[in-house]
Amino acid sequence: MDPLQEVLRQVTGYIYPNEVELHWGLLVVVYPYLTGLVAGAFILASLVRIFDVKEVQPTYRLALLTALAYLIVAPLALLAHLGHPLRSFEIFLTPNFHSAMAMFGFVYAWYLMVVLLLEIWLDYRKDMVLWAQKETGLRRWVHRLLTLGANDISPNALRFDRRASRFITLIGIPSAFLLHGYVGFIFGSVKANPWWSSVLIPVVFLFSAIVSGIALMLLIYFLSTLLRAKPVDMPCMDKLASFLFYALVVDFSLEMLDFIHRLYEAEESIHILSQLVFSRLFLSLIILQAFLGTVVPLVLLGSVSPALRRKGILALPEELRRLLYAGAAILIQIGIFSTRWNVVIGGQLFSKSLRGLTVYKMQLMGLEGLFTSAFLLLLPILLLLLLIYILPPWPESEQHVEAPAGD
Amino acid sequence: MDDSKHISPPADQPASESRREFLHTFSLAAPLLLLGLRISAIEALAAEPDAAYNAREHYYGMGIDVSKCIGCGRCADACKNENDVPREPYYFRTWVERYVIGADGETDVDSPNGGIGGFASKIPEKEILRTFFVPKLCNQCTDPPCVQVCPVGATFATEDGVVLVDNDYCIGCRYCIQACPYGARFLDPRTHTANKCTFCYHRVVKGLLPACVEVCPTGARVFGDLRQHNSPLARFTRFNKIMTLKPHLNTKPKVFYAQLDEEVR
Repeated sequence: MDPLQEVLRQVTGYIYPNEVELHWGLLVVVYPYLTGLVAGAFILASLVRIFDVKEVQPTYRLALLTALAYLIVAPLALLAHLGHPLRSFEIFLTPNFHSAMAMFGFVYAWYLMVVLLLEIWLDYRKDMVLWAQKETGLRRWVHRLLTLGANDISPNALRFDRRASRFITLIGIPSAFLLHGYVGFIFGSVKANPWWSSVLIPVVFLFSAIVSGIALMLLIYFLSTLLRAKPVDMPCMDKLASFLFYALVVDFSLEMLDFIHRLYEAEESIHILSQLVFSRLFLSLIILQAFLGTVVPLVLLGSVSPALRRKGILALPEELRRLLYAGAAILIQIGIFSTRWNVVIGGQLFSKSLRGLTVYKMQLMGLEGLFTSAFLLLLPILLLLLLIYILPPWPESEQHVEAPAGD
Repeated sequence: MDDSKHISPPADQPASESRREFLHTFSLAAPLLLLGLRISAIEALAAEPDAAYNAREHYYGMGIDVSKCIGCGRCADACKNENDVPREPYYFRTWVERYVIGADGETDVDSPNGGIGGFASKIPEKEILRTFFVPKLCNQCTDPPCVQVCPVGATFATEDGVVLVDNDYCIGCRYCIQACPYGARFLDPRTHTANKCTFCYHRVVKGLLPACVEVCPTGARVFGDLRQHNSPLARFTRFNKIMTLKPHLNTKPKVFYAQLDEEVR
């Protein structure tokens, strides 16, 4: 039977007939989740470069590669969702300059080409040159190719690399803000939808992006160190946890501001929106996003990390502390994914007639199904493994110019 | 019906006749030449609206007299027939809503199958204050949010004031569907492109009325040209107090309602 017939039976109140089909499904939830991780990971990396936060240095290269892996996969979610994916290039060829979505192509291209690839290249250039000198076979050729023929590793050239890289990071921070702020704007600027239409949405998206990116890097750093059987750099973990706590406080405050503002203004839509929150979104918003994804990690990080007191309010041994950090980071990932879900799906579960609620029937198979989304969530990890293989981000892989001089 | 002559463009029979003749002779005399040409281009030429039609001379809108609608749903049915709209009960270019407002202030709205086949009478459990039907369709906004958000410009407003979708260009991102405050758009499951009311543009440019207006037995729908002072629509807006839907969103609809109730959203 047509799944929409099933939806029709579960509608409560009145919805416009064309609203029975929900148009932006799971893939559109995955998309802002992925770009958020990109922006967050990059902003963490720029802390090292611009603000010289030495403790999180071990995550710098890893964060850049993670941002790249997620950035490559993010648009695939949008592509798979299009009715005519083969026409997507029209966004670049004949963009409508009034469309927030059309501008995405350019923000994305800017961020990928000008910011991320360039910064990674500049950061790795010296190492790639030196790797290519030592290696044999395919790796040698891959690294030689990636240097693009720029083999000068004289002190002058390296100084230029460092300065250029710093400059790119400087443009990179506003670009990362733009990348995810713009994703928020795509929703926030839809005046037809009172759940989305808010000037705070881009800002909320941005801070939740920072939260999710730091949490992801904490997890990836922790897991990669364990898997490589190396000692975990505890000052790095502590610093990450502290930053995570601060970002979470800002994010939570903004969310609460949005919530209170809506409640206090009590516009026409308030009745249907409160029905939405307490019925259709109870699990994903109240339980997952607010309680498990925000309040619990806030308490965990606030009491264990050195964010509020140098030794933490609860002084715990390192092993337990980092396990709790990782636990909080996993909860945050679940919470941020729920945030995206609540915005994207939640915004379509109530009728624009403000008289009824509908349901979302997730598909399992097919391009827009659960399996595609699960694949797209897994794909960046696989891509990251490949990137790590080609461009090892570990401190011990880093080359020093003195080495070849000693031969 | 002298109303129709106000919106019909002056017919230029000789011009179109001679073109048809030309095409006919051309295709008979030189069939080999045609092989090198794209047949679709020839078809497009033949299907082009009357050469005398000048979009700049028109600006279309619709008036709806809520008090005249009897909820027969023939408009929604005619629309589906005329425009090949999927018959499922969740794809509509136009539909009719029934409002039942109780003495307790509670409002019930329904639109079973968009009103096609009429509304089964409900046995009221409570006292009814007022009840009425409201036909809905694309409001052909002067400032259409759907056109603003379309990333490739596949949806656009014509010079004569109708918002259309280019099926060969639409990428199926559905941003326009999200941006429409009136729920007037859907994704055609066959073409995977956005679909909506066109005011029956193919009929209008030939001087005919939209199908929904043509079939309405009570004259609840009035179609016309806002540029012409003596069009039926101009008359309608002169003699009625007019409301549009969701005016606070500043989309400036060109579907004008008379006798509209505050409960209608």
